[in-house]
Amino acid sequence: MLSSRPERDGPTALVDAPPVLALEGIAKSFPGVKALDGVALALYPGEVTALVGENGAGKSTIVKILTGIHQPDAGRILLEGAETAFPTAEAAAAAGVTAIHQETVLFDDLSVAENIFLGHAPRTRWGLIDWRRMNAEAREMLARVGATIAPETRLRDLGIASKHLVAVARALSIEARVVIMDEPTAALSHKEIEELYELVERLRAEGKAILFISHKFDEIFRIADRYTVFRDGALVGAGHMADVTEDDLVRMMVGRSIEAIFPVRAHNVGDEVLRVVGYSHPTEFADINFTLRKGEILGFYGLVGAGRSEFMQALFGVTEPAKGAVRIDGKVAVIRDPAQAIAKGIVYVPEDRGAQGAIRAMPIFQNITLPSLARTSKDGFLRLAEEFALARRYATRLDLRAAALDQELGQLSGGNQQKVVIAKWLATRPRVIILDEPTKGIDIGSKAAVHEFMAELAAEGLAVIMVSSEIPEILGMSDRVIVMREGRIAGEYERAGLTPETLVRAAAGIGEAA
Amino acid sequence: MSRETPESRLESRPDSRRAIPDRLSTPGARLLRSWEALLLAVAVAIFVANCFASPYFLDPWNLSDATFNFTEKAMIAFPMALLIIAGEIDLSVAAIIALASTIMGMAAEAGFGTPALVLVGLGVGLVCGAVNGTLVTRFGLPSIVVTIGTMSLFRGIAYIILGDQAYTSYPPGFDYFGQGYVFWVISFEFVLFAALAVLFGVLLRRTSFGRMVYAVGNNPMAARFSGLRVGRIRFLLFLMTGLLSGVAAICLTSRLGSTRPSIALGWELEIVTMVVLGGVSILGGAGTIAGVVIAAFVLGMVTFGFGLLNVPGIVMSIFIGLLLIAVIALPRLAARLAPRRA
Amino acid sequence: MADRLLRSREMILAVAIGAMILLISLRFPAFAEPANLGRVFNDTAILVMLALGQMAVILTKSIDLSVAANLALNGMVVAMLNSAFPGIPIPALILLAILLGAALGAVNGLMVWKLDIPPIVATLGTLTIYRGLIFVVSGGAWVNAHEMSPAFKDLPRAALGLPALSWIALGVIGLAWLLYTRTATGRAFHAVGGNANAAVYAGIDTGRTRFAAYVLSGAIAGLCGYLWVARYAVAYVDIAGGFELDVIAACVIGGVSIAGGIGSVAGAVLGALFLGVIKNALPVVNISPFWQLAISGSAIIIAVAFNARAERRKGRVILRTAEHRA
Repeated sequence: MLSSRPERDGPTALVDAPPVLALEGIAKSFPGVKALDGVALALYPGEVTALVGENGAGKSTIVKILTGIHQPDAGRILLEGAETAFPTAEAAAAAGVTAIHQETVLFDDLSVAENIFLGHAPRTRWGLIDWRRMNAEAREMLARVGATIAPETRLRDLGIASKHLVAVARALSIEARVVIMDEPTAALSHKEIEELYELVERLRAEGKAILFISHKFDEIFRIADRYTVFRDGALVGAGHMADVTEDDLVRMMVGRSIEAIFPVRAHNVGDEVLRVVGYSHPTEFADINFTLRKGEILGFYGLVGAGRSEFMQALFGVTEPAKGAVRIDGKVAVIRDPAQAIAKGIVYVPEDRGAQGAIRAMPIFQNITLPSLARTSKDGFLRLAEEFALARRYATRLDLRAAALDQELGQLSGGNQQKVVIAKWLATRPRVIILDEPTKGIDIGSKAAVHEFMAELAAEGLAVIMVSSEIPEILGMSDRVIVMREGRIAGEYERAGLTPETLVRAAAGIGEAA
Repeated sequence: MSRETPESRLESRPDSRRAIPDRLSTPGARLLRSWEALLLAVAVAIFVANCFASPYFLDPWNLSDATFNFTEKAMIAFPMALLIIAGEIDLSVAAIIALASTIMGMAAEAGFGTPALVLVGLGVGLVCGAVNGTLVTRFGLPSIVVTIGTMSLFRGIAYIILGDQAYTSYPPGFDYFGQGYVFWVISFEFVLFAALAVLFGVLLRRTSFGRMVYAVGNNPMAARFSGLRVGRIRFLLFLMTGLLSGVAAICLTSRLGSTRPSIALGWELEIVTMVVLGGVSILGGAGTIAGVVIAAFVLGMVTFGFGLLNVPGIVMSIFIGLLLIAVIALPRLAARLAPRRA
Repeated sequence: MADRLLRSREMILAVAIGAMILLISLRFPAFAEPANLGRVFNDTAILVMLALGQMAVILTKSIDLSVAANLALNGMVVAMLNSAFPGIPIPALILLAILLGAALGAVNGLMVWKLDIPPIVATLGTLTIYRGLIFVVSGGAWVNAHEMSPAFKDLPRAALGLPALSWIALGVIGLAWLLYTRTATGRAFHAVGGNANAAVYAGIDTGRTRFAAYVLSGAIAGLCGYLWVARYAVAYVDIAGGFELDVIAACVIGGVSIAGGIGSVAGAVLGALFLGVIKNALPVVNISPFWQLAISGSAIIIAVAFNARAERRKGRVILRTAEHRA
């Protein structure tokens, strides 16, 4: 691993130059949560520092502090050794700190040039925006990041990768000294990721200090010079990449080794429940075929944007597929909307819990009974006793932590919200449950609980489909794994003998003419 | 504001894991803290103030007359409350009244009897509601703009038909809806208002349809993922609002005994004010019919009381506008000040 | 680029307006005469200006329902001042109207910015309050033409071939174009409505920007308040009643997205002119003016359907084959 890292020119990686930007003793609390507890972070010119940590470790909070969105409760921010503060996003930008975000936060309806220069556009003598110069300078910036995009193009007409390039061009345009890249490769294809690495190299060569936030260890080891690890809002380690192994980082990150996280399962798989034949969508996925049996956990692996969620949502009837058939217990099932899917025993626990799963302002019990109202009501009239009984049954089963069943869902922690969302689907007594990234954004404790529960469900004979982008989770939980790439099935594997390398290769399309 | 937060309760009871109670507080305690309770206090205060302000206020016939200030608007406010809770709005309701009234006038001119006129009124309301519902749910257009458009369209059709004319002849018996009394001072309109209040209250609070309305308003996407037919629910709500606008048109036409295209002009804003004053969140997802009923009484009494004091209607509208802003601003101001004190 | 221009809302509208004028002039050639077209523009001038102010608010994903009431209140105030103190110079009155209008707009803006009141509710409230205040200041009385000074009513007087009103409107269009395309504030309107989150990261204060939009809308309403009473030479409580809907209609027809972030000066101007041409053409082609309301209603619905289709986000295209086909 280490020997494969390319040697770099210049002395930057060897001698500790003073950091451009350093955070010391930063603490930040939100109502009910201590997001950061005295953490430190140092960013050096011409070096890439990887910030590693599980979801909820405090990474996004530190980014918000660095960019002036949040103010720390305690601690110091040192810019070139001098204490400073970023009371506003403008102040952070003026100090040369810029962030390129997970969801490229740009403006779809403005031109590329304006996306690059919004807030600091070149002006004429009269103080008016100088579009001619703006477009010219934008063209220059775009060339510097190796992009061939016309500056007049409306951003909406670009793909995600190109939008990223625009975001980087923006970072260059504000003469950034510190560039924060928050999971920049999450939505990119293999080829685009390579281009992004080149870009990082270029920024490094220009002497920028780069904070690189990523979940993917392979890319951290490939491009980072230093690491900083957060766990539960605290700093647990920092140093040179050369001095650590992947295992070290994982241990720091989770505080235990990978193996311990997953429950031991008996794999007793029964009859076929679901068969999907030739499911195709005009633009999102094509020719999906697979079967699912009772008591089985079928993992769906792939890079973000491989079409897994799109396919699952079509299967659940949210979007209609162009062609293809679903058989449940051998009988053809027509699913045009989620109501029909639920009636047929297929349920989908969405990835985007906030938008698609939880109704935060409604009480817990009403969330749980929502898809089962037909059962808990009589002649269209609600029966609260039945609702509470149903909700209590599943809340207890999932070991929900809440003050009361009529508490608003939004008051619970992310993990407990996820339990309620899962409870809501189990209460419909499904035969097939599709879990889309079931442990995304929840704490480690809840994660283990969800995994254990998933195993329990399978043991009871439920057929489970688990979409996950985390290889340990896929390998730890699945009986069988299907890998999707660019909307198609790229491979199907039994768990036994399956290695992470096989999955990564299949997902990235390595070993074929790409 | 020092009441226990749910979190602090949770922490103070570490072994609550296996025994989650159904409710945090009793329904009674909840009611006391509710918007409706506050509004009711306001209503009582206005009632008392009116009693002192004018000796004519407590006269039963005067009070009965006063109900006409709000009964027709409240009939529309009920389905509008559901619609707003579901995250939509219908600004075309007053225009539907104008169109329904105009077409009823046409039918009356053509010699149709009272039952036929009622059917015409309801039918026009339903058709207009269906037009709104189709545009919003089938074509996915924002309801606020669509209904601003249909508001011009519906009233525009009334103007095309009537111009600056008026229909004034209605068949015998038609006057009952707006001028008839069921018992002593209890008017037909008031009875209808009360019945609709109960009907919509039950629909919203006691049926699964009502629950779905809340779910759709809070998070339409999650509602859809939960198997709710969001489009159908919204369509039904537009249909209901149209239908009740038709009912209001029948009552208003009957009460006035004439139709001009400018009938009920500006009512949509008064109806939305009534709904919002009643505690329905303009952003959707929350509100009760009880609140709307009390708000109807508050607005009716304010109008009536000011009327007795010879305050012109337009000045009253200042008060109503201030009230609308105050009821929304005050809780936000309080919420903003509260954490600072803590 | 040329292709996009052809399909743009502005082009479609311009063609539609041109076609309308052409069709009418086939039967009634007088309609297309420059003098008449000038009259149509003059008649639409106030709507054009108000639409340009409203556009700022709608761009930031808000709405200002109080513009017409704001206009009427300012119109009444300057009319009363003029009749009571004919000595006050007209420019001072105009400045007063603009400042007062901006102040009334600032009230809306503060409620939306500082109190987080939904824009539709806040401006619905001020709509009724401002309208009521007209009655309070005027006591319900009219200010009639003979009570106004001649200078006050001088707007229709032509200068350089166009009435002063038209010149003012052209000036406002020019300033609006500079504001919306060439200043940071103008671009901030677009940014805040397009992606409020990203705007914060770009160092834009979304609340302050929204506030500025309301102040602008109010200031233009104030200016139009004077223009309105001067042009019609009368002021009473109900002037411009319901005109806020025409203003919003002009914006929507002009392609300003009610969801925020999309809209252009040309679009708003053309949207207003579209309504203006229809209004002025009806009597010419012998259609009762009572048709106007229904026609503008239909135009709003068609326009919003158009907007929705144009804005419908393309789904992420995952299949490579499909990408090649597209």
